[in-house]
Amino acid sequence: MKRLLTYLGQYRLFAVLAPLFKCLEACFELFVPLVVARMIDVGIANSDSGYIMKMGALLILLGLIGLSCSITAQWFSADVAVRVGTGLRKDLLSHMLGLGYADIDGVGTSTLLTRMTSDINQVQTGVNMFLRLFMRSPFIVFGAVIMAFTVDVRGALVFAVTVPLLAIVVFGILLGSVPLYRRVQSQLDRVMLLTRENLLGVRVVRAFGMEEREKKSFHEANDLLRSLQIFVGKISALLNPVTVVIVNLAIVVLLYTGAHEVELGILTQGKVVALVNYMSQILVELVKLANLIILISKAAASMNRVDAVFGMKNPIEKTRGKGMQDIFPEDDREVRPGAFVWSEVTAVPEEEPAVVFSHVSFSYPGAKGESLKDISFEARRGETIGIIGGTGSGKSTLINLIPRFYDVSSGSVIVNGIDVRDWDAKLLRGLIGLVPQKAVLFAGTIRDNLKWGSREASDEALLRAMSVAQASDILTKKKEGLDFELEQGGTNLSGGQRQRLTIARAVARDPEILILDDSASALDFATDAALRHALRTETAGMTVFLISQRAASVKAADRILVLEDGAAAGFGTHAELLRSCAVYREICLSQMSEEEVQRSEEA
Amino acid sequence: MKKLNSGTFGKQMRTVSRILRHIRKYRAFVVLSVVLAAVTTALTLYIPILIGHAVDCIAAPGAVEFEALFGIIGRIAAAAAGAGVSQWAMNHINNTITYRVAEDVRVRAFEHIEVLPVSYLDTQKTGDITSRMIADVDQFADGVLMGFTQLFTGVMTILGTLGFMLFINMPITLLVVCLTPLSFVAASFIAKRTYLLFSEQSRTRGELTALTDEMITNLKVVKAFGQEDEVEKRFGEINERLAACGKRATFYSSITNPATRFVNAMVYAAVGIAGAFACVRGLITVGQLSSFLSYANQYTKPFNEISGVATELQNAIASAERVFALIDEAPQEPDREGAAVLTDAKGQVDIRDMSFSYVPSQHLIEHMNLNVRPGERVAIVGPTGCGKSTLINLLMRFYDPQEGSISVDGCNTREMTRASLRQGFGMVLQETWLKSGTIRENIAYGCPDASMEEVMRAAKDAHVDSFIRRMPDGYDTVLSEDGGSLSQGQKQLLCIARLMLRIPPMLILDEATSSIDTRTEQKIQAAFAKLMEGRTSFVVAHRLSTIRESDVILVMRDGHIIEQGNHDELLEKGGFYAELYNSQFAPA
Repeated sequence: MKRLLTYLGQYRLFAVLAPLFKCLEACFELFVPLVVARMIDVGIANSDSGYIMKMGALLILLGLIGLSCSITAQWFSADVAVRVGTGLRKDLLSHMLGLGYADIDGVGTSTLLTRMTSDINQVQTGVNMFLRLFMRSPFIVFGAVIMAFTVDVRGALVFAVTVPLLAIVVFGILLGSVPLYRRVQSQLDRVMLLTRENLLGVRVVRAFGMEEREKKSFHEANDLLRSLQIFVGKISALLNPVTVVIVNLAIVVLLYTGAHEVELGILTQGKVVALVNYMSQILVELVKLANLIILISKAAASMNRVDAVFGMKNPIEKTRGKGMQDIFPEDDREVRPGAFVWSEVTAVPEEEPAVVFSHVSFSYPGAKGESLKDISFEARRGETIGIIGGTGSGKSTLINLIPRFYDVSSGSVIVNGIDVRDWDAKLLRGLIGLVPQKAVLFAGTIRDNLKWGSREASDEALLRAMSVAQASDILTKKKEGLDFELEQGGTNLSGGQRQRLTIARAVARDPEILILDDSASALDFATDAALRHALRTETAGMTVFLISQRAASVKAADRILVLEDGAAAGFGTHAELLRSCAVYREICLSQMSEEEVQRSEEA
Repeated sequence: MKKLNSGTFGKQMRTVSRILRHIRKYRAFVVLSVVLAAVTTALTLYIPILIGHAVDCIAAPGAVEFEALFGIIGRIAAAAAGAGVSQWAMNHINNTITYRVAEDVRVRAFEHIEVLPVSYLDTQKTGDITSRMIADVDQFADGVLMGFTQLFTGVMTILGTLGFMLFINMPITLLVVCLTPLSFVAASFIAKRTYLLFSEQSRTRGELTALTDEMITNLKVVKAFGQEDEVEKRFGEINERLAACGKRATFYSSITNPATRFVNAMVYAAVGIAGAFACVRGLITVGQLSSFLSYANQYTKPFNEISGVATELQNAIASAERVFALIDEAPQEPDREGAAVLTDAKGQVDIRDMSFSYVPSQHLIEHMNLNVRPGERVAIVGPTGCGKSTLINLLMRFYDPQEGSISVDGCNTREMTRASLRQGFGMVLQETWLKSGTIRENIAYGCPDASMEEVMRAAKDAHVDSFIRRMPDGYDTVLSEDGGSLSQGQKQLLCIARLMLRIPPMLILDEATSSIDTRTEQKIQAAFAKLMEGRTSFVVAHRLSTIRESDVILVMRDGHIIEQGNHDELLEKGGFYAELYNSQFAPA
């Protein structure tokens, strides 16, 4: 909620003007019953046509002023609401982009998506209605009470009792329904999850012939959603009828006391009519207020969920150092306090190893065991380091520590002589070209995708990257060349084509450190070999980390790190490891015949 | 602003009649809702008359008729209570109708997704379809609900008020009737404009959702490439457009309310003046004038609400159109009438003169022929993009060939039910997919009735049992969407375990082992070998060990089978395969 206020604060002028104009409109509306009372008591009582016409004209004038005030107010509130929504979306996106891997794993994509879409829409509508009605309705309610006091004090006492009673009923019902609305929303999230899942897993669902069961579970989720909705509806549906009954009972009392006062000559007939009119006005406004509060409570629930996302802090994006704000005050987004700047980085001495792991241990948040145990090794500049090991041995985890996607539990990872925790995350990642296990591409042209690697890259550079990645043939097959449009996820390319494009993307940024996370798995032997050859010859000076399941892929690496259950089982060249490392030898033997291993040993 | 043409209108009317068809199922509720609306309205309208009478009872000092007054206020209380009860019941029924209809539409759309051709889903953005299923259906439900709660009572209030007013005084009634259409004019003028604005807003929102979906789903890659700023820029551009059209839509739709309220104020003033003159001439009493004034209020209020509903309905229709458009997408060609059911397939697979392309202009597979005898293992190898995944799409009938046929056990697969054909195949795909749910549920995905022992045996066969046991809650560990934090290899092992539980007569393995380490893979392969005994299997693999042990190796290139034979034969031949094989030992 506090966050919402800061957004409203940015547009504070309009945010104040909108309700102000609404109140003005309300003022004019409040005069109407008084004018009518005068009409009855003066105009009709004295049969004064001129007076009646005058009062009639006044009514029309009040209407006109009301109209212009209220249109002005609508414009201000629409403006503020849309700007708040737009600002929230923008900031939420950049916050989401800053989330850590662990957060993303935990929250799930579809939740983040709902926050961005329906929740913010809800907030936007809430703000709009809030600005339009929140001041106006109470204003009319209290205005009507005050006007009633000016008409007749005894009659006004009825108002003094009715209004708090109504308030209790209205707020009681609302408070009761708010938590229920929250449950409705989380069930809606579930329905959304099921939808997404079925779209993404359509092949598996159909292969297993599980369409019927998926339909059934979707049906069940919807049944629950519907019964929750109806249950909440039952409670909030009480609001209108109960308030109507209360107000009419209040009118009954007004008429009763009014009758006595008229009898005694304290009150006139026209004033009784005015009191009844004020009471009716209160009813109308309270109903609006009640509906508004429901809408606002939904919006508030949405805002809280959005806030929860904002509340997720990513420790990675901050660096350890302090006190350097003064040096980079102009842009604290690009360069975080205490982070090292580019000029310092490029001044790294030649002999400094590119990457050093020093007694690194790591465990995932909430996990019982350690995923990496006391890993130490050095990758010299320009070296190719092969990493091989079983599933769950920690290969991917290890390379995720280099761009600091996760923080080590103990020990340190040092890039260019600087602990990664002291790096500005963006600068650090700028040095690294990563090819993830899963070949992820984005909607857009091939060029757009490659330019992820380097925004300034020329077509020539992109083509060279494609050729290193053995992806040039994709261009010859697609006549649009670099302008070939990919579908979302690159679904109009084959797995192998996607994978080579992801390699080209990483190569295109001409990184100091290139990380291939089992990225050649969808490539055939010939392409894989050609790729390794090209990397070796075309990218001299680049430090390469090559994760693979295939001994054939890593065997030509300068040195190979063998991982088993998170611990280093060996580190050395292919030939050394074949002799000294049992785990490595076993891996090789499982993939090649004895003869082939020997041949490769000699090679 | 574009002019609303009759085509748009016709489309809207068709959408409305479709919405009504969905509501028809609940006509008993609708009738009840109408009856309750009538009762509520009648009682609500009766109250101002009673109040008018009461006012007439208290005309002047010393002339108050207390006895009559008590009778009247008693009736006011009773009418108010009755109106309250019937209104609550009506609201409840309206909620029931709305949420049931929304559920129906959502379920209908979901069921349609299940029969949409894979080719359609492959080309759609998941975020867009999801937004139709969630946000649009919500919007649609809101519109229907408002339609029920406010349209019904609104129309009845108008009719009722008209009756009561005529009963009191004809000329003033006519005055009211002549003025109120202004309200309509204002409302419909605005509604027409807002409809287009809302469609534009809806479209832009869809665009924004699709982008967010793509970027958030692949957030890790976005971060690895430091593309946060670029993504923000693209998002910002769409967001700005959304702001521009959102503001227009919001503002124009919000003019409706003040505009109609202004018309009301005019009607109120006219009634006040005319009524006052009628009072002066003794045509009506002051009490009746008071009734008239509150009627003038009540008579125009429904127009207010109906016009409010109108914008909401426009919005709802725009959303409904998007949902219906999804439902209207041509489903996959249904199974033939009397299609054969494949049971206990022996596994004879014949491909005859088959041609296929995703895009008509790009021929992918041309005149392919292949005969696989029961129990044979077919390895499909070849450079990436040679059509291997396509072959799987065709075998499973995710796509159908344009020419030629695939038959299983001598029967054209197009002549048998898809379900039975797919039951005949066990499949592990390149892209792992796991449901959100427990590990146990995931393994038992293909046979939900499997016992715990069977699930554990399958897990053991896939060598994933010990890893599962190490998870916090073992087999009951809940995986978040798409396997959450599991590694690619772990996910793949679970997919294999899922297959282990149900052993179909034919297998399709699409690089199933690409991210699994060789030691585990060896164990799995041993289990597979046992599985594959007597079963026809198609293996897309790059592993030499897998390829070597196959009965038939299909070497594919550019959609054609260029070589066919076993390992030794092909090496002997010294063709493309031999080249591929030898390249493994080529100096890097």
